[in-house]
Parts: sequence; structure tokens; C-alpha cells
Amino acid sequence: MAQDVLVIVQFSEKGVAKASLEALGLARELADAHGGEVLAVPLGQGGEELAPVLAAHGADRVLVSGDENLTPFAPEPHLAVLATEIGRLAPRVVVMGNTLQARDLAGRLSARLSAPAAVDVLSVRLDGDEVVAVRPLYGGKVLAEIRLSGSPVLLFPRPNVFPVRPVAGKGEVETLAAPVTAPRARMEAFIAAPAGKKELSEADAVVSGGRGMAGPDFSMLEELAGVLDAAVGASRSAVDEGWRPHTDQVGQTGKTVSPALYVACGISGAVQHLAGMSFSKVVVAVNKDPDAPIFQRADYGVVGDLFEVVPELTAALRERKG
Amino acid sequence: MDIIVLVKQVPDTEAAIRVSDDRAAIRTEGLKWVVNPYDEYAVEEALRIREALGGSVTVVCAGPARSVAAIRSALAMGADQGVLVSDPALEIADSLGVARALAAAIRGLSFDLVLAGQRAVDDDAGLVGPAVAELLDIPHVSLATKVEVQGSEILCEAAADGGAKSIRATLPALVTAQKGLNDPRFASMMGIMKAKKKPVEEKDLVALGLSAADVAPQSRVTGLSFPPERPPGRIIQGETARDKARELARVLVEEAKIL
Ligand SMILES: Cc1cc2nc3c(=O)[nH]c(=O)nc-3n(C[C@H](O)[C@H](O)[C@H](O)COP(=O)(O)OP(=O)(O)OC[C@H]3O[C@@H](n4cnc5c(N)ncnc54)[C@H](O)[C@@H]3O)c2cc1C
Ligand SMILES: Nc1ncnc2c1ncn2[C@@H]1O[C@H](COP(=O)(O)O)[C@@H](O)[C@H]1O
Repeated sequence: MAQDVLVIVQFSEKGVAKASLEALGLARELADAHGGEVLAVPLGQGGEELAPVLAAHGADRVLVSGDENLTPFAPEPHLAVLATEIGRLAPRVVVMGNTLQARDLAGRLSARLSAPAAVDVLSVRLDGDEVVAVRPLYGGKVLAEIRLSGSPVLLFPRPNVFPVRPVAGKGEVETLAAPVTAPRARMEAFIAAPAGKKELSEADAVVSGGRGMAGPDFSMLEELAGVLDAAVGASRSAVDEGWRPHTDQVGQTGKTVSPALYVACGISGAVQHLAGMSFSKVVVAVNKDPDAPIFQRADYGVVGDLFEVVPELTAALRERKG
Repeated sequence: MDIIVLVKQVPDTEAAIRVSDDRAAIRTEGLKWVVNPYDEYAVEEALRIREALGGSVTVVCAGPARSVAAIRSALAMGADQGVLVSDPALEIADSLGVARALAAAIRGLSFDLVLAGQRAVDDDAGLVGPAVAELLDIPHVSLATKVEVQGSEILCEAAADGGAKSIRATLPALVTAQKGLNDPRFASMMGIMKAKKKPVEEKDLVALGLSAADVAPQSRVTGLSFPPERPPGRIIQGETARDKARELARVLVEEAKIL
């Protein structure tokens, strides 16, 4: 069986998505352990220019196509190329960072290739003919070991779990000839998040506010986030109050984040909120109620009024940063 | 517009999850079941489109007999009829197997639009909707926060990495619902009464022209465990908010190596 690992690379004018670099790191690890090559596939206009970056992160072959139907991203044309090429190249594993774009592609790709898929993967190993992945289920209440059989197996690693690894691959560039179909669902406009807004699911640090914020003024959290280079999130209560957009919600019906640092301010710690952040490495909670459940999950807790604690914390961190 | 809504029954998000002795499944006795929250947005959107344009709303659910409660909930909100796809072979099916069964059930119905949740909060996979679209060979829009029918097309707003998109798709299409799409209505007493009399058809795989082999899993859960217990956290002490904040900054930088 071929032991190659194919990585579907996501990129924008800002370059390769961090989730894709992490996926490449995982791919390199799997390929090295089993004697295969890493094939990176950045489909769409501008993909070719990314070859040096992809090679520097482990890609042996970079497969590109600048067909006009591939930009902007739409699932159907990407799928057409991927299905053809995956059929031709027969990789053992296909990896793509678990982004929203991956979510747009994953189910269709699985159905087209009759290939099993595991999303939100935390760890992976190959075991004989099978791939064994671990991923959370039930909002992170349990961890499941999943055995996937068939070829290829589709894996979607959770962002911020696998490190970006600067390891050189051969980086040979090939242009794909696979036919591209026109999308029946096509993007008409992209509405970019406000400039400077950090992507929640990729951020290394997240500062979130809940009902304890008592209103839509989150500037205090934004200042703290500025010092920590963090994205700003919210509990569902803060979103439902209309204080923050839906896209900021962290939790079971919002985004899943696993940053190095998560700071929960005025958030009680309901299970549905924990579902979105319980895999964060260090959790800090600021809450005036000493019995708030969030303290059960926090590594460091401050019992106090967030309106007093947060500005002081921002000042103290700024001082330490110098 | 004839609209199909895919509805899954999932454990209540509050429920404690317990694991079976062989650790291959969760224990279901005593578990409270609800309609997957994202599927409620899908049902609500279907009802609003039907109210504006006429047509029908059919709820399709794959699952064991108890799942009929999820269908009844959607009927109580106002959907017209339900189809329960139930077969022992589906109990161990993976996302793709479920998608094949659902696609087969949908093929037997008249539809212009299929609505699903963006993901089910039990397996958190988000695979089934787009997989069904692929199997039906129709376009899909995932993570929709707005859906507008315009003749033979739909115009959607959808969440995307780094912002949002507007996407136009030809009908028939499949759309997955994201939070923000709408505020689902509560079923009225009257709605609940009426739901009891609405038709729910039950189909097994044979009735859908499928066999157990068509839904045989390529992905199997072989071990469930609980995330490692975390050491108890530390409450930062101090006289004033300022003292606590400064001490927190110190431990974050010196112990947790933040910054
Ligand atoms: C199906 C379902 C899905 C859900 N999905 C999500 C989800 O994705 N994300 C999510 O977050 N929730 C979700 N919820 C809601 C969840 O159950 C809680 O209702 C919600 O998380 C509570 O938000 P909160 O902590 O901000 O508010 P509250 O629970 O009201 O807590 C506010 C906290 O702020 C503290 N506080 C108040 N004032 C101050 C102050 N001045 N200084 C310091 N602390 C203060 C209080 O002591 C309290 O602990 C879901 C619920 C359901 C049923
Ligand atoms: N067994 C099922 N019956 C009906 N619909 C389902 C089923 N499983 C998944 N779906 C639909 O597909 C969506 C995504 O599910 P999943 O891929 O399991 O996260 C759900 O929100 C439902 O709309």
C-alpha cells in the first residue's frame, strides 16, 4: 500500500493557513514513520507561489492548479480536482486542518471517495491497515479512539494541537491537469471580519466575556487581548444579549477553541460553554461568585469584580512585557 | 417549495455521559434526548420558507425507535410529515453510512431544498449534510446564517474562515444551518396536539433499496475514555483586586510562561 500523505492546503492573500502548516507537520510525521512522501495540494490561483513555504514545512511534492473555477474557494470544483488526483496518487491518508473550509469539503469528499473521515482529531497513529485517531465526542465530555479502514482515510486535525514543524521536504512543483467543474454554489462576496480581528479557532490566546460584562462594551477585554495577542470570544448569553456577534460565541453551539491560554471573564462555566474551551492548556477565570463552576475548570482563578480585576491585570501584564 | 429537514436526536447537552463496560458505546439508559440544537434552526427556516412560499416540510430522521420523538418535536413546531429511517444495521453506521441511508430516503421524496444542521452535538462531525448533498448530486451551502429563495436559486450568507460569505446556489440544494440563522419557535399546545396526528412513515434499509453492506462502517469507535482529570486550580489570593491581578500576572508569566 502506498504510504504517501496528501495535505489539502488552505490559503488566502495572507498566505498559508496556520491549520494547514500544522496539517503538514502531522503529514510529515506520518510519512516519515512509514516511508511515504508528503504531497501538498494548494488549489487555486496563487497556490504555486506557496511552494517554497510548503517545502520548508515538509512538502515533497506541491501539486497546483490555477484553474479559474478554483478561486474563490467553492467545494464542488475543488472536490472535482481532489477526487481525480486522490484517485490517481492513491495516498494512504489525506489531511486537512479542521477549519470552516474543511468542514465545507469534508463530508462531500468522504462521500465521493467512499472514504472514512475523522474530524477534530487530537492524535493519530497508523496500525497495520488501519488508522487510529483520537477525537472528542459529546462536546468534549469523552474522548473516542476511532479505527478507520479503507484507503484513503481522511483526517482533520484540530487547530492548535499539532505543532508547526519547519522540516524541509523536496518541494517539487507539478501542475495538475484534472478537469475542473463550475460550481453550482458560488461565492458572490466575501465580507471580511473587521481588520485586526483575530480568528478565534486559530488564536494562541483567547479572552472571553459573559453575562458578567453587563453590556456591549468589551473594550476592557479588547485591551487585555491586545497585551496577550489574543482573540476575543463570548459566552452564548453575551451573544444572545446582542452584545457580541454570533461568530464570537465559544461553546457547544459556537466555536471550539484550544488555545494555550483562555481567560473567562464573567462567565459562569455552563457545560455548553466548557464544551468549546475545555481543551485549552491554561484556563484563567475572573468571577465574583466563588462558587461559579468555571473555577472547577480553571487553573488560576480570581474571585472578584472583573471591572476592577481586568484593567489591573492588563496594566500588570503590560508592565511585565516592558 | 417542498423542503426536507434532516433532524437527529442527540443526548441533552446538560446530560452526564456514561460509558458502557466494553467502552465502545455510551450508556443510554436514563439519558434525556433532545433535537440536535442546529437542526431546530433548520426546521425553523423550513417553516418560514413554507409560510412565505407555500409547499411542504418533511422531516427525515435516521435512528432507533425512540428518535420518533425528535420527529414529533419538529411536527409540533409545524412540519407536515415525517420519515423515520430505522434499521439495526444503522446503529453502528458511521457518518457516511447514515448519509447513504438519508440520501436514499430523500430520493423517494419530492424536494427543492434540503436543510440540515451544521453539525450534531453528539459526534460533532459536521459530515452528514454535505455528504448527503454529494450523494444526491446537488450543491450545498454550509454554515448558513441567512437563506433567501430567489426563483430557482437561493442566496445565502454563511460563516467562513476570517469573515462571512454570500453564496448563490441553484436549486435543488442542501443548506446546513448555523446559529444566527433564526430564533426557533417553541411548539404551542395546539402544535403538540396536532403533531400526534401527523403522518410518520417508518422505513428500514430494504424499503430504501439498500442492504446492510451499503452502510457498513469504515470508521468504528473502539474505546471511549474521559479526558484526564485536571489538578485542582489555584485561587489567587490578595487583599485588593489590584493585588490579585498583579499576583495573577506574576504566575502567568513566571509559572505558566505566558507572554
Ligand atoms: C443547547 C444549548 C446550547 C448551548 N450552547 C452554548 C454555547 O455554545 N456557548 C455558551 O457559552 N453557552 C451555551 N449555552 C448556554 C449555557 O447553558 C449558559 O446559559 C451560558 O453559557 C451562560 O453564559 P454566562 O456564563 O455568560 O452567563 P451566566 O451563567 O449568567 O453567568 C454570568 C457570570 O458572571 C459573573 N459575574 C457577574 N457580574 C460580574 C462581575 N462584575 N465581575 C465578575 N463576575 C461577574 C456571575 O457570577 C456569573 O457566574 C447553551 C445552552 C443550551 C441549552
Ligand atoms: N441520524 C440522522 N438522522 C437525520 N439527520 C441526521 C442524522 N445524522 C446527522 N444528521 C443531519 O446532519 C447534520 C450533521 O450531523 P453530523 O455530521 O453527525 O455532525 C445534523 O445536524 C442533521 O441535520
